[in-house]
Amino acid sequence: MPQYSLVVNGSRRTVTAAADTPLLWVLRDTLGMTGTKFGCGGGFCGACTVHVAGAAARSCQLPVSAAAGKRITTIEGLSADGTHPVQRAWVEEDVVQCGYCQVGQIMSAASLLAAKPHPTDADIDDAMSGNICRCGTYQRVRAAIHRAAGDAAVGVGGDR
Amino acid sequence: MSAPVMDRRDFLSMSVVAGAGLTLGFRTGAPPLPRSQAPAPFAPNAFVRVGTDGVVTVVVGYSEMGQGILTSLPMLVAEELEVDPAAVRFEQAPADPAYNNPLFGMQGTGGSTTIAASFEPMRQAGAAAREMLAAAAAQQLGVARDSLTIDGGTVSHAASGRRLTYGQLAEAAARVPVPQGVPLKPSSAWKVLGRRMKRLDAPNKVTGRATFGMDVKVPGMLTALVARCPVFGGNVASFTATRARAVPGVRHVVEIPSGVAVVADGYWAAKQGRDALQIRWDEGANAALSSAELRRRWADLARRPGVEAKRQGDAAAALAGAARRLDAVYEVPFLAHATMEPMNCTADVRRDACEIWAPTQFQTMAKGTAARITGLPDAAIQLHTTMLGGGFGRRAEQDFVAEAVALSKSVGAPVKVVYTREDDMQHDYYRPATYNVLAAGLDAAGAPVAWTHRTVSSSVFQHMLPQMIRDGLDEAAVEGAADIQYAVPNVLVDWVRDEPGIPIGFWRSVGNSHTAFVKESFLDEIAAASGSDPVALRRRLLAGKRRLLGVLDLAAERAGWGTPLPAGRGRGVAVHFSFDSYVAEVAEVSVATDGTPTVHRIVCAVDCGRVVNPLTVEAQMQSAIVYGLSAALHGAITIERGRVVQANFDTYPPLRMSEMPRVEVHIVPSEDRPSGAGEPGLPPAAPAVCNAIFAATGIRIRSLPIRPEELRRG
Repeated sequence: MPQYSLVVNGSRRTVTAAADTPLLWVLRDTLGMTGTKFGCGGGFCGACTVHVAGAAARSCQLPVSAAAGKRITTIEGLSADGTHPVQRAWVEEDVVQCGYCQVGQIMSAASLLAAKPHPTDADIDDAMSGNICRCGTYQRVRAAIHRAAGDAAVGVGGDR
Repeated sequence: MSAPVMDRRDFLSMSVVAGAGLTLGFRTGAPPLPRSQAPAPFAPNAFVRVGTDGVVTVVVGYSEMGQGILTSLPMLVAEELEVDPAAVRFEQAPADPAYNNPLFGMQGTGGSTTIAASFEPMRQAGAAAREMLAAAAAQQLGVARDSLTIDGGTVSHAASGRRLTYGQLAEAAARVPVPQGVPLKPSSAWKVLGRRMKRLDAPNKVTGRATFGMDVKVPGMLTALVARCPVFGGNVASFTATRARAVPGVRHVVEIPSGVAVVADGYWAAKQGRDALQIRWDEGANAALSSAELRRRWADLARRPGVEAKRQGDAAAALAGAARRLDAVYEVPFLAHATMEPMNCTADVRRDACEIWAPTQFQTMAKGTAARITGLPDAAIQLHTTMLGGGFGRRAEQDFVAEAVALSKSVGAPVKVVYTREDDMQHDYYRPATYNVLAAGLDAAGAPVAWTHRTVSSSVFQHMLPQMIRDGLDEAAVEGAADIQYAVPNVLVDWVRDEPGIPIGFWRSVGNSHTAFVKESFLDEIAAASGSDPVALRRRLLAGKRRLLGVLDLAAERAGWGTPLPAGRGRGVAVHFSFDSYVAEVAEVSVATDGTPTVHRIVCAVDCGRVVNPLTVEAQMQSAIVYGLSAALHGAITIERGRVVQANFDTYPPLRMSEMPRVEVHIVPSEDRPSGAGEPGLPPAAPAVCNAIFAATGIRIRSLPIRPEELRRG
């Protein structure tokens, strides 16, 4: 099997894997980084969201061969200790329930805020509708994104 | 579920843990437990641990699947133990009868029972611990207990200014006899309960450090995917594994009762190997089964009487003599649970022991499953409950546990069995589809004098707890219908059972998930037929029912019932009693010209008795509403050729952020005993939305999910 060199959370990692292995399973099974979740394997749910070259990407849809050499950030690298503004906002707004999708939600939200520091509700709909939450935490996800943006008063739980 | 009631005499027991401070727990009315052989800090039968470092650990025997019990149970202990709940550590209990749900007589989480089952025991555990610490302090200081004050994990003697921390007292307290019947604090003295307490499990969940079943790592562990017959009830006829075995990383190909498993070094190799299997299936008796055929069959079955679930007065005579009669057929589809974390389980079966790591809602049954497969005694089986990435009833099932145990036993290594999303959706235990025939008789003034409701469906209890079917009646099939709360003098509710062979299980709010839709929609039909306001009619028919009226009035008031709405919007109401709780919801909906409904707002009022953590109750209402909206707007599992058509979130789409309405939750202040919160928010969601669609369009939805083509205009 071929070898690939990945840059994960700033560290260079060399992995041996079949070329079509999704990045998700290289992260989880090969590198033992289980923060990134398997939800659907089809790019429908967003549980596996990581950042590739700074943008949110579904790691279940990205073959390791295509990820090689790219800068990859996972939840383990978003912050050393859970202090990224999005993570702090998530705790403050008491977003999580079962928590399984939340890593993907947080990675999508962090990517959104990096691109749009003050997103509107419509921006949040656009950026976050690829992340499914079966516990139904959407309202608090929205509030947490506004909080992380420093816009806690804007549209939190607002009528639609 | 009915269940043995806890015997107070057996309530408290204690185990002293040498060198580890104070361990305190309680037993339910079960026979005495064997003493734990586990290392001291993890001794079972213990709910509260106070370390010599002063750290308080609360051991939680219930499964955390999002409902927040890893926060609310520590709050219950902290209230009586007089410690800051934010500083309490939680720990997931092992599987042990010490942690049986007293309402089930087994260790399990479901039926929205955790707070009701824990409300007294966990406070008692905290109170007894506090008094033992206080007694130790009184002894050390040579003063009377009454002269001590306790707060923040410190015992103080005001007169002398001396103080001792719980850490300093832990070892001595462990030698104090367990006090019996310590009076619990009156609610007026509560400092913790009722507080908006943020979740203790959040930090680990926002950093990816929380360990779900899928994240379990065991040295030497292999990963397995199972090819199961796509047709329910079918079996493997023959298979060829040559190509599967040729996939790099594939270690074993094994036939187990549920299918053919490919066991590999990791998920991707197992998946590639499974895709390469060549299997000939014996599809069995269901090979031609379809949802369309079932619907025809049920329409036919509904012509005959079923098992009576409620008979009051003479509904047939009242219908015959009514001034006006309404008839309707209501239908709901099968539904999958679709937890975010697909089913999985890890097992390590050895000659004389079995260790399991499972995201399970039902520890007692999981151990029983492992005992049956391994032949090992219960004491040789150790079960670790991981975090659950959603439960909703799906994780009460044992299929994933059985597969992991059978595979580990077969290959002689630890095995994690993983379901793909498609496996999870196509091999679920589904919310049953139901076919309902209703009739109502109205008197000359428009008041309902007769109500009949016949349901055709499969049993929910049959495969897991068949003993719950009594005199041919499965109460889970008719709950919420048979206990209709409206004052109609003549009622007949009956159930026709049909078992086509689709696996059926518990799905969030169980029978109420469909009976509330049928009951509340049909009541709305009566309101429309009689020219009554939907809230006013409900108020009349619920006269004297304090708690139902309380939530109905609160929801109506906060929703602005009767006030003008933007053009094109309609308001609908529904109110339902389930899991001993009362919930009313008012929905605001508009329908686009292409028939697409938009749910703008849902106002929810809940009375679930005393509230431990309002943040949790609000979250559970929001959660149940979203789960109910997903089903109402999109959810359908359909059967063709004996197999499930839907496979993933593209064909079974849950609600997404862009569809999320504003949800407002109002909690009725209550001094009643705590009741369910995880499920009761769901049943009113679909009928409130459908009644709002009727208000907006005049179109009555009698079949779920809502189909935009039925709402299209022009």
